[in-house]
Amino acid sequence: MLNIISGTLSSGTPPAVPNSYESIATVTVGSGGSSTVSFTSIPSTYKHLQVRGIVATTASGSTDSNYMITSANNDTNTSNYYTHYINGNGSSAASGGNNAYGGALYSGVAPKTNNTNMFGGLVIDILDYSNTSKNKTFRTLTGADLNNTNGILYFSSAVYLNTAAITSLTFSIAYIGDLARYSSFALYGIKGA
Amino acid sequence: MAAGSTYTPIETQTASGSVSVITFSSIPATYTDLELVMAAQNSDNYCVMRLNGDSSGLYSRTTLIGNGTSATSGQASNNTSWFPSNGSSTVIANDIIQIMNYSNTTTFKTALTRMNQSFDATYAAVWLYRSTSAISSISLTSPTGNWITGSTFTLYGIAAA
Repeated sequence: MLNIISGTLSSGTPPAVPNSYESIATVTVGSGGSSTVSFTSIPSTYKHLQVRGIVATTASGSTDSNYMITSANNDTNTSNYYTHYINGNGSSAASGGNNAYGGALYSGVAPKTNNTNMFGGLVIDILDYSNTSKNKTFRTLTGADLNNTNGILYFSSAVYLNTAAITSLTFSIAYIGDLARYSSFALYGIKGA
Repeated sequence: MAAGSTYTPIETQTASGSVSVITFSSIPATYTDLELVMAAQNSDNYCVMRLNGDSSGLYSRTTLIGNGTSATSGQASNNTSWFPSNGSSTVIANDIIQIMNYSNTTTFKTALTRMNQSFDATYAAVWLYRSTSAISSISLTSPTGNWITGSTFTLYGIAAA
């Protein structure tokens, strides 16, 4: 690395060391879009899961109206999920909750109204996903800025009221439209001690 | 499913003396996401963050702020940089900036941030950079003074399977 600085700086490339954060699988949506993206046969050998990605919908509209759902183990029973959130839409902050959807619900999906190159970002943590004694919790940080006042920054936590180990995850748009081309989801596993 | 160890530290820089600009250059395109972790202070409480040396108006942001009394949100378009919050001259602060799909040459770049100014407020934001170019350099400029000695900046790379 070349450091361009106006003073003294200590820097360096840390040595490569084995760590506990591993890439498991990645799915990128192809031309024409897709109604769902799924990870199946998720190994139970990690302590936590993290999903990172970029996402857009084929539908138009403000980001506020473009939500996503993540369901576990193909379970879309609305009574098994409850989501709480706090968000900022560029003009005000809001908080609420719902259990009307068959999965963890969150916003931050870029619509196709503005520019086909715009995508929201998402980081989702699923804690203790393979523990069979606990219900599961999804923690999300998602958002899309559209260079206008239709963006949104979204925090949520969602409970999945099931003690089964999570072996699959399915992502879909909550209302209308499909996942747009180039939307990408990367699944990572985090080991415990 | 493929599996491989990732979340790799690329470089750490620690300010010492009269340093006003921190630059990560020649960032390899071999990862999927970047994560920049800052524990930094200057007299301005914020800094100017630019990608690929670009100072055109391609940057924008949507923010969520809690100041201990209320939560608010704001938006700014067509900015000439991103603006991470950081510590004051007396209190250090922590930022975690996640730049998604930074090496992708098909999409604009989106970043998700958490910024913790413990003396003032807590911030989160989604940032947009309207360029499809891969990000190969990041600069962090202290606007009117220098970075306070001991400020640290660590860049990690996260590679998807």
